[in-house]
Amino acid sequence: MRRANDRRRLTSVSDDEQLLDRLRAGEEEAFVALVSRHHDSMLRLARTFVSSNAIAEEVVQDTWLGVLRGIDRFGGRSSLRTWLLAILVNRARSAGERERRSVPVGDVEPRFDVAGAWITPPAHWAEDVEERVSAAALRDLLQGALAELPPRQLAVVTLRDIEGLGSGEVCEVLAISEGNQRVLLHRGRNHLRESLEARLRP
Amino acid sequence: MIARLLRRVGGDLSCQQAVALVTDYLDGALSSTEEARFERHLAGCPHCTEYLAQIRATIGLTHGLRSDELTPQMRDHFLELYRRWSADEL
Repeated sequence: MRRANDRRRLTSVSDDEQLLDRLRAGEEEAFVALVSRHHDSMLRLARTFVSSNAIAEEVVQDTWLGVLRGIDRFGGRSSLRTWLLAILVNRARSAGERERRSVPVGDVEPRFDVAGAWITPPAHWAEDVEERVSAAALRDLLQGALAELPPRQLAVVTLRDIEGLGSGEVCEVLAISEGNQRVLLHRGRNHLRESLEARLRP
Repeated sequence: MIARLLRRVGGDLSCQQAVALVTDYLDGALSSTEEARFERHLAGCPHCTEYLAQIRATIGLTHGLRSDELTPQMRDHFLELYRRWSADEL
């Protein structure tokens, strides 16, 4: 968790602003640094809207070109990241409604009896999951579970949990309400948890 | 019926109700009354305590998928994009 926080600090707003100033001054290294900082979020988010990696990469590149062309229009009302991701979402949406096979995810909610008590209580693995399953296997499992999520759940889980954005920023980027965002996040996280549970239940 | 009524006015949460509140709880979006009820349920329920820990573990593992390195090829690609843009080719 400490590493995650460090990473978040690396994408701090003031660093983005400094890079933006250097980019406006024509420093190409500043451009590469900005791209590098936001590439993962942008590519993953684009991928939730379009049907192939190649198209997602085009959308990301197209977004950066738009940024270069409109760099003087960025007024700093929102953070650079919010601005970038919002542009990306617009472009990704127009790049085509996603035709990914939407496998119905079925009932991912945990099961309860009529009194609301657990029918099958959760197994015990929260503490030692990383000792019981290899990092590579966990990655594969989570990638597989993410691929099963409906696009909107995937977009929210990607921004909140993979990229570590706060709920306000995610709502702004995706133009959804806080309540809606939380429902999507709740369902998405539950599906990922269920996938881990299925692997770890003795 | 009475149980449901009591719950609504501040009685104990069922496991199902507690689980439904986990995301709001983690986001700090519960009122202080709701939060207190949620934590009271957790204090007496090892299953929901494990469930919450699992959700936290899931979030941590999911965050681990992030990568903040550009491959050298992507780096070159974007450098090229920048150079073409500054040369007015794009």
